[in-house]
Amino acid sequence: MPKLRENKTLSGWLMVSPLAFVLLIFLVLPIVVICIVSFWRATEFSIIPDFSWENYEFLFGSNVTYRVFYNTFKYAFITWAFTLTIGFTVAYFLAFHVRTLTWQVALFLLCTIPFWTSNIIRMISWIPFLGRNGIANSTLISWGVIDEPVEWLLFSDFAVILAFVHLYTLFMVVPIFNTMMRIDKSLVEAARDAGASGAQILWNVIIPLTKPGIMIGTIFVVTLVMGDFVTVRLMSGSQSANVGRLISNDIALLQYPSASATAVVLLVTVLIVIGMMLRFVDIRKEL
Amino acid sequence: MEPRSKSFYILGAFFTLFVLFLYAPTITIAILSFQGEGGGLTFPMRGVSTYWFRDLFEQQAVGDIWGSFRRSIGLGLMVMITTVVVSVMGGLAFRKRFAGSTVLFYLIITSLVIPSILVSLGVGLLFSQSGLDVHWSTSGFGAQLTWTLPFGLLIMFAVFNRFDKSYEEAARDLGASPWQTLRHVVLPIIAPSLIGVALFGFTLSYDEFARTLMVAGSYNTLPLEIYGMTTNVTSPVLYALGTLTTAFSLAIIALFLAIAVLSNRRKARAGSDAGKGMI
Repeated sequence: MPKLRENKTLSGWLMVSPLAFVLLIFLVLPIVVICIVSFWRATEFSIIPDFSWENYEFLFGSNVTYRVFYNTFKYAFITWAFTLTIGFTVAYFLAFHVRTLTWQVALFLLCTIPFWTSNIIRMISWIPFLGRNGIANSTLISWGVIDEPVEWLLFSDFAVILAFVHLYTLFMVVPIFNTMMRIDKSLVEAARDAGASGAQILWNVIIPLTKPGIMIGTIFVVTLVMGDFVTVRLMSGSQSANVGRLISNDIALLQYPSASATAVVLLVTVLIVIGMMLRFVDIRKEL
Repeated sequence: MEPRSKSFYILGAFFTLFVLFLYAPTITIAILSFQGEGGGLTFPMRGVSTYWFRDLFEQQAVGDIWGSFRRSIGLGLMVMITTVVVSVMGGLAFRKRFAGSTVLFYLIITSLVIPSILVSLGVGLLFSQSGLDVHWSTSGFGAQLTWTLPFGLLIMFAVFNRFDKSYEEAARDLGASPWQTLRHVVLPIIAPSLIGVALFGFTLSYDEFARTLMVAGSYNTLPLEIYGMTTNVTSPVLYALGTLTTAFSLAIIALFLAIAVLSNRRKARAGSDAGKGMI
């Protein structure tokens, strides 16, 4: 029935036309423009249409680039390890140890509410904790662990990763919890009846079945951290840099072509990372 | 019921610590925002006062806080309504698996995972190169939609994946037109999830700054105003503003949850609507 199929496609596209419009104007076209501008040249005051590989040559010829990319991967990896461990434990507790649905929903909401409040405020709120005269330092001094305030708590890589974990653990909890809730509890019972210990059940039954959720959470966390530029600036006190900051510094200097070239490389890197992860999970099936 | 295992208490303690980790910093700045007049950014408290809140209402030197607050609410409502409408239409369309839907699906995922600064930079360049002025209600609005729409659509996909098609078939068998089926059967069933989509739309927009940073134009939204303040304000007035905007967010969340609970209750009370159908 070719006519019916045609109709389906037509009516489908009609209904998604607002969506397609928004994505075209504010996602596809901007990426295209960035790609084009990345080949342009810049003077101090303006940008000039051109086709030169200058920006890319400079980018790949500079040591800063490699250091900054290394930093970006470092943040992503450490944050991923922490958010996964914490997120999995929290989701596991909610899904398998909390017994009534009402409590599960209530505690789950408790975890998600901070997600709907401002990220900047949540970053700022670490200042009283980590500052030179902050709670952490004064507590450690009163316990006699240290004699002088520790300087590396605020404005350091430590603070950056702490903020990332604070902001993004939720992105692990939600998909992992969602997948765990769909695990048939009789599988766990069967494993127990067959004589598996708690650790064996966790390792051989629950973790394999939770993999899709873990992958989705991983995609969220890794891309959010790799694309970040504000957390690193705020929490490192401008002492550390990642790729996002490299781009935003170029933007501040009105060096749009070189910012664009860096942005293209960042985008390609992120897409490659996600492409690798998508091999392990079919997102459409997991919704 | 079997007794709680030892691991329950260990995991329970871990969970409690996690919740503490989530909330303690925010509670701390809420307390510190009531810092006395001579107090600083950390403890100890030098008295208790509402000095910094009053300062917030009077002080205009830092920028236009109240103007940005109004703009943020306006933009939040615009984004919320658009997100709900577009997500529902998208969700309905995607049930048909029309040709090209896979491409669009991956575009939605891209929109979600793309580094925010690319949206900011790209939309900014697009507008400047085509001679348009950036403004929070045009370029800022669009840039925020690239962040809220994927969330709205993913919720709708999840909803429609669990949707029982026999309700629609029943309506169709009883002679309802496609529009009547949608209006009187599908929409009422998915309505509670729409509250969720609306909550995402509003709050994500209200707090968004990475994608809006370069495209809001000369009139800032509230998060941009706060972001600017972090570089040059070093008094508890920052905490006062943080406390107020967090309280506002919490009020919004409570409002949406209340609507969700109430509509569920109404549905439970109304029960079956048999016999009340349209004639």
